[in-house]
Amino acid sequence: MEGFEERLSHTLAGLKQVFRSRKTRGIDWRVAQLRGLLKFIAENEDGIFEALKEDLGKHSVEAYRDEIGIVKKSADHALLHIKKWMAPKKGQLPLLLFPSRAEVLPEPLGIVLIFGSWNFPISLTLDPLIGAISAGNTVVIKPSELAPACSSLLCRTIPYYLDSEAIKIIEGGCDVAEQLLQLQWDKIFFTGSPRVGRIVMSAAAKHLTPVTLELGGKCPVILDSYSGSDFKVAVKRIAGGKWGPCAGQACIGIDYVLVQHNFAPLLVESLKHCIKRFYGESVKSLQSICRIVNKFHFDRVRKLLEEPGVAASIFYGGSLDEENLMIEPTILLDPPLDAQIMTEEIFGPLLPIVTLDAIEESIDFINARPKPLAIYAFTKNKKLKDRILQETSSGSVTFNDAMIQFICDSLPFGGVGQSGFGRYHGKYSFDTFSHEKAVLHRSFFPELEPRYPPWNDFKLEFIRLAYNLDYIGLLLLLLGLRRLFMPNRSR
Amino acid sequence: MALGIEGVATELRSVYASGKTKTFQWRVSQLKAILRLTTDHEKEIAEALRSDLNKPEHEAFIHEIAAISTTCKFVLKELRKWMTPEKVKTTMNTFPSSAEIVSEPLGVVLIVSTWNYPFLLSLDPLIGAIAAGNAVVLKPSEVAPATSALLVKLLGEYMDTSAVRVVEGAVPETTALLEQKWDKIFYTGNGRVGRIILAAAAKHLTPVVLELGGKCPVVVDSNTNLKVTARRIISGKWGCNSGQTCVSPDYVITTKEFASTLVDAFSSELEAFYGKDPVHSNDLSSIVNSRHFDRLTSYLDEDKVSGKIVIGGQRDRANLKIAPTVVLNAPEDSLIMTEEIFGPLLPIITVNKIEDSIRLISSREKPLAAYLFTNDKNLTEEFIRNVSTGGMCINDTTLHLVEPTLPFGGVGESGMGAYHGKFSFEAFSHKKSVLQRGFTGDVEARFPPYTPGKLKFLKAMLSGSILRILRALLGW
Repeated sequence: MEGFEERLSHTLAGLKQVFRSRKTRGIDWRVAQLRGLLKFIAENEDGIFEALKEDLGKHSVEAYRDEIGIVKKSADHALLHIKKWMAPKKGQLPLLLFPSRAEVLPEPLGIVLIFGSWNFPISLTLDPLIGAISAGNTVVIKPSELAPACSSLLCRTIPYYLDSEAIKIIEGGCDVAEQLLQLQWDKIFFTGSPRVGRIVMSAAAKHLTPVTLELGGKCPVILDSYSGSDFKVAVKRIAGGKWGPCAGQACIGIDYVLVQHNFAPLLVESLKHCIKRFYGESVKSLQSICRIVNKFHFDRVRKLLEEPGVAASIFYGGSLDEENLMIEPTILLDPPLDAQIMTEEIFGPLLPIVTLDAIEESIDFINARPKPLAIYAFTKNKKLKDRILQETSSGSVTFNDAMIQFICDSLPFGGVGQSGFGRYHGKYSFDTFSHEKAVLHRSFFPELEPRYPPWNDFKLEFIRLAYNLDYIGLLLLLLGLRRLFMPNRSR
Repeated sequence: MALGIEGVATELRSVYASGKTKTFQWRVSQLKAILRLTTDHEKEIAEALRSDLNKPEHEAFIHEIAAISTTCKFVLKELRKWMTPEKVKTTMNTFPSSAEIVSEPLGVVLIVSTWNYPFLLSLDPLIGAIAAGNAVVLKPSEVAPATSALLVKLLGEYMDTSAVRVVEGAVPETTALLEQKWDKIFYTGNGRVGRIILAAAAKHLTPVVLELGGKCPVVVDSNTNLKVTARRIISGKWGCNSGQTCVSPDYVITTKEFASTLVDAFSSELEAFYGKDPVHSNDLSSIVNSRHFDRLTSYLDEDKVSGKIVIGGQRDRANLKIAPTVVLNAPEDSLIMTEEIFGPLLPIITVNKIEDSIRLISSREKPLAAYLFTNDKNLTEEFIRNVSTGGMCINDTTLHLVEPTLPFGGVGESGMGAYHGKFSFEAFSHKKSVLQRGFTGDVEARFPPYTPGKLKFLKAMLSGSILRILRALLGW
């Protein structure tokens, strides 16, 4: 490991030099890297499909929708807007400071570290990278070792497409991550669990490094009572939002559903049909759904299911195929609220349905728990919508759909409270990896005497009026006529 | 004590949960209360600042009192606009839909303030926290006791104390506060404590704003208006709490040839401002306490520095006064050139070419502010593009702080996060994305079972080409 440590500090020194050379700052470099990334996903589509199949059993449609497509969309968006993002923003100034000019100039932070995660090992690694590159930083990427095929693919292939002097990929497990965290970075971007998030932030504190933590949480669905075709659509979207993204191993995946008692029977029946149509009837012949990433997580999810009260609440599914790490899409009706399945983030294909007397109770239910990354509310009731918006707190709220907010580039993506802090996507990605430098230009004339000591009453009065932007008062004061005209307006 | 603090946090959390701090009316009433307490008690505030720092009334008024009332008025004018959700565009990928970004308060926040502008740096972040609708605990600095006590009194009298609390104290109280879970911590101070705050915040995953300092450089080109330059540097250095200001010029870089001209200009302007006996001038703040006084004089008494004092150097320990002091060519490894000075000492170092100053600044930690005085457009351009710093001012010092359209905050060693103007509101808000979807326009390709046709369709969607989408739909 000693050799590794040396190589690491050597790598970092190299990146520092590259950043100092200013080559990553030019728009040409940034554009070239973004194009390189697009070329990478275009030319390696099959390789990516294979790696995702190997790591997670991810189907290529899902892989395209949640990984390749995401990277393509983000890179295209960045290429389209990067010039505008890089341009300084002009500020307005009070007349008193005339003539002067204010602007906010975005500048790269320096060397940034990105930790990818295993559930979307391509998009959650490359999507932040797009932000880091757009902002002109040099980057070290540490893909997740729990998705080894993807990690290896990125490490082997990316250097052919991106400037390998400025963008490095370092593979490895916890020990490597720990060593990386010892070093001084200008920003750390982490996607993963709150537990590791705390470790990352504590390590960053030593070097005063700002961090973005993209964590997860138990994302609830609030399902109001519906009828007819709208209900069918809602059920489809809930099923798609639960089992679609990596078999529920997704930070914005649905964790549980809140619904009224009287509506629950219809819901669970419809979900059951939907599961059969989407994924098949038996755990041995499941299709179009990911497997569990590894034995550890398989056992973890199994334990959630095996808790006595929980096992009794299984309405549908619950079969496991340990050999293939498959878990059947499972519906649970009213599992005990103090069971782990209702206190921990599930991160797997189990869907608890929690019933309430009235759907409005869902607000208190959600507020009694840590702030989730997303809330999905299926309702047409304007009043309920407003209450959800105003009375609950979460990274995002999506009405009448699930997951889809992730691909909306104009919306910031990020958590609050336990679900993390900092945000990215679209312009927000650029901002996350930039420092907004405030610049004030002044000319040498005119010079305002009252700024300078020795202090006297006249100067105090002048400043007072200036702060009030009372230009008439100022003029009178300068002419010595102020007391004559406005004797009572001194304060 | 610790129990008391825990109690305060719990109480504020339940008040926050009641939703009262979220309303526009509550925020406005509290901002107006700050405005009132500031204008009603101008004299008392100035007296407290005189007692803590011997701050001249004029400085107290400009930098603290007026700054707070101006900010309050500004926020009161803008608040409704800031609170309005921002509509954003959506694309074909989520069609049909509408999207907006809603600013929501974070919850219960902690503001840990500092002693150099004890009134301003307590209330300025408080204004942001209240504007954003949070419940707040403010911990003023014990190093400025008179102001701290006054804040307890005034905030207790004027504000809604069920949601805005002041907790006085020193290290033990701060430690107890940091053990609690907050939804945001806003700290103004130094990097050492900043690290402690950040590490404590990590335990609860609390986001943090750190407003720190650093050695803020001033580059003076020979192509400048000498008199104006000298005066503006003096006003930013000695005219700002005797240099005990995070954005005060820390050191000057100029060319070898120009250095003596600049020293002469400082000399005559300083005399015009503070007289021949500046140690006894009433227009200069004192050093805050004897610990800082001794720290500063130790910089001057270092062997390699003591012979290089060209202006000032006089001191009066009894009254904690140090005359405006300029040191020429202090060696790079001297304390005065390695530590943040935070006092009335100004070292000038020289370079062969003024362009060399940029490399010199870049080789050090990123400062909170950097200043340049020149008439040269190219040099200005190069300085702006190459010097990384929290903020900068060209041809003036510290004035970028007054400007509410500019974010105020550091980068690297000078901190993280920013505030002032709308940035204050944002520092204490969470931007919640809200996406509204209708039930029509569902794209089957999103849903399993997955088929090659669905893959083709998704690719076509993302290519944005209508033709390709049509072809995929028709199965060509």
